[in-house]
Amino acid sequence: MSWFQKLLPPKIKRREDADIKKSVPDGLWHKCPSCEAVLYHADLEKNHSVCPKCNHHHRITARTRLNWLLDSEGRFEIGAEVLPIDTLKFKDQKKYSDRLTEAKNKTGEDDSVIVMQGSIHAVPVVVASFEFAFMGGSMGSVAGERFVRGVQVALEQKCPFICFAASGGARMQEGLLSLMQMAKTSAALTQLSMEKLPFISVLTDPTMGGVSASFAFLGDVVIAEPGALIGFAGARVIEQTVRETLPDGFQRAEFLLEHGAVDMIVDRREMRKQLATLITLLTKQAAVTEIEAA
Amino acid sequence: MKVTFLDFEQSVSELENKIEQLRFVQDDSALDISDEISRLQKKSQTLTKDIYAKLTPWQISQVSRHPQRPYTLDYIEHLFTDFEELHGDRNYADDAAIVGGLARFNGQSVMVIGHQKGRDTKERQYRNFGMPRPEGYRKAMRLMNLAEKFGIPIMTFIDTPGAYPGVGAEERGQSEAIGKNLYVMAELRVPIICTIIGEGGSGGALAIAVGDTMLMLQYATYSVISPEGCASILWKSADKAPDAAETLGITATRLKALGLVDKIVSEPLGGAHRDYPAMMQTIRKALQESLKQVGAQTQEEMLQARFNRLMSYGKFKEVEV
Repeated sequence: MSWFQKLLPPKIKRREDADIKKSVPDGLWHKCPSCEAVLYHADLEKNHSVCPKCNHHHRITARTRLNWLLDSEGRFEIGAEVLPIDTLKFKDQKKYSDRLTEAKNKTGEDDSVIVMQGSIHAVPVVVASFEFAFMGGSMGSVAGERFVRGVQVALEQKCPFICFAASGGARMQEGLLSLMQMAKTSAALTQLSMEKLPFISVLTDPTMGGVSASFAFLGDVVIAEPGALIGFAGARVIEQTVRETLPDGFQRAEFLLEHGAVDMIVDRREMRKQLATLITLLTKQAAVTEIEAA
Repeated sequence: MKVTFLDFEQSVSELENKIEQLRFVQDDSALDISDEISRLQKKSQTLTKDIYAKLTPWQISQVSRHPQRPYTLDYIEHLFTDFEELHGDRNYADDAAIVGGLARFNGQSVMVIGHQKGRDTKERQYRNFGMPRPEGYRKAMRLMNLAEKFGIPIMTFIDTPGAYPGVGAEERGQSEAIGKNLYVMAELRVPIICTIIGEGGSGGALAIAVGDTMLMLQYATYSVISPEGCASILWKSADKAPDAAETLGITATRLKALGLVDKIVSEPLGGAHRDYPAMMQTIRKALQESLKQVGAQTQEEMLQARFNRLMSYGKFKEVEV
């Protein structure tokens, strides 16, 4: 802690701490929230924001994920033309429209889902990726519509659809319209099934509520990132209901694997290879190395 | 049954008490006070009409949770014959928070599925306050698949505070159970008529509310989150629930305007619980019409219309990129 930070009143300090926890800061050094190891920022980034000491998977932005995942050539963004509106004129202590502006300034994104067409190890795919920093990755009308447009492109291109979820759930500020996105996204997947195109769902930290309870578990293969928090109800709500403290590791990826809810846990650094292998197996294509060589 | 009055119906409650007293007096009185009684009854009706003409969303949400409101089994009793309840998900348990089974509607075979709340403490506990666990949703899915196999239309009745947030429910895949139903209902090859009869509590409600027609009772609510839940997250205080109810747009009129509900089924004066027979008559008519409308389509048309409708959900703008 610098001498300046020591001078700050506690309230301001707390806010700074929270920010550090949320994302990898631009500073030179970073402290892993899990093992408290002090890491050189550039090293961490090179390691796909996975702590080299304890394997903690830091949250990453939707675009960073797509950058790492997709081959650098031949990427097209899908659904960027779809933008949010404040249909309900929703207002709590802040207006929804103001929250949207704030989120946009903070993340540089227009809404919580980014969809791209591209390839992984030369295997064509369409990938949707949730931006958790945009209003908690909440799913509203735009997220649902972009997801569906991604599915449509996958149908046209006859390629698999992959979704990386990172969301607190449905977006309250769009009321029932958000809830309906659960039905909309799930229904879109029926078309992929009809065409025998794989849907692979990757659950990252966190995948909760309405996102968890719709398309997230409908994958032909469901993958989780290590340590990701995944569940329907939040821990606080459950604690209030059952009036007991929850066990360590509850709703973590490893807990879900143990209970048969996910197929596998995949390290982020292995994700590209694993996805390509799974897709080629499901679609009865040659192994990845042969495709890349061709 | 003595009517339970809500906070905002206090003036009606007082009047009704007075009428009750007068009736009691009249029984052993030589004086004829029946004129006075009927005058007061009229007054009570006018008062109720006035109150119900300008209910706030928060008040409507209280009516939707009224302890005497008809529940799924009440509708089954009054609207259907030959109800054969079918139990269990064949995997783990029978969830009493969701009831379902075969029945006849105007003589025609249908599959009825709905959330069920309890009337007294014991039954409420047994029904888990109408909050299903994964087994409930899996039972619903099993019955829907059964209906599809035999070409039987499905009618669902929605009335839940939400899916149950518990440790066991999480362990047994609450999310998967709900998500799977959304998927299955989108492509089920039989008509599905959904009616929101009370509380439409988020994903727990939606899990049996994907279909060809969405009916909603006049004083029912349907919301992405309960007003209390929303208030405690966004205002950090559950006391702000009335504000949350207002802005969330949870009432039948708001949702009809948004195109999320097809038809509002009007309720008797003072809410469904004040006059069961009248409520049953109106809802029977609405269900009959819906079934006829959906049934007039070919299977192909029906599925296409259902899918198009699901895809149309959402409000956004499009710009040139």
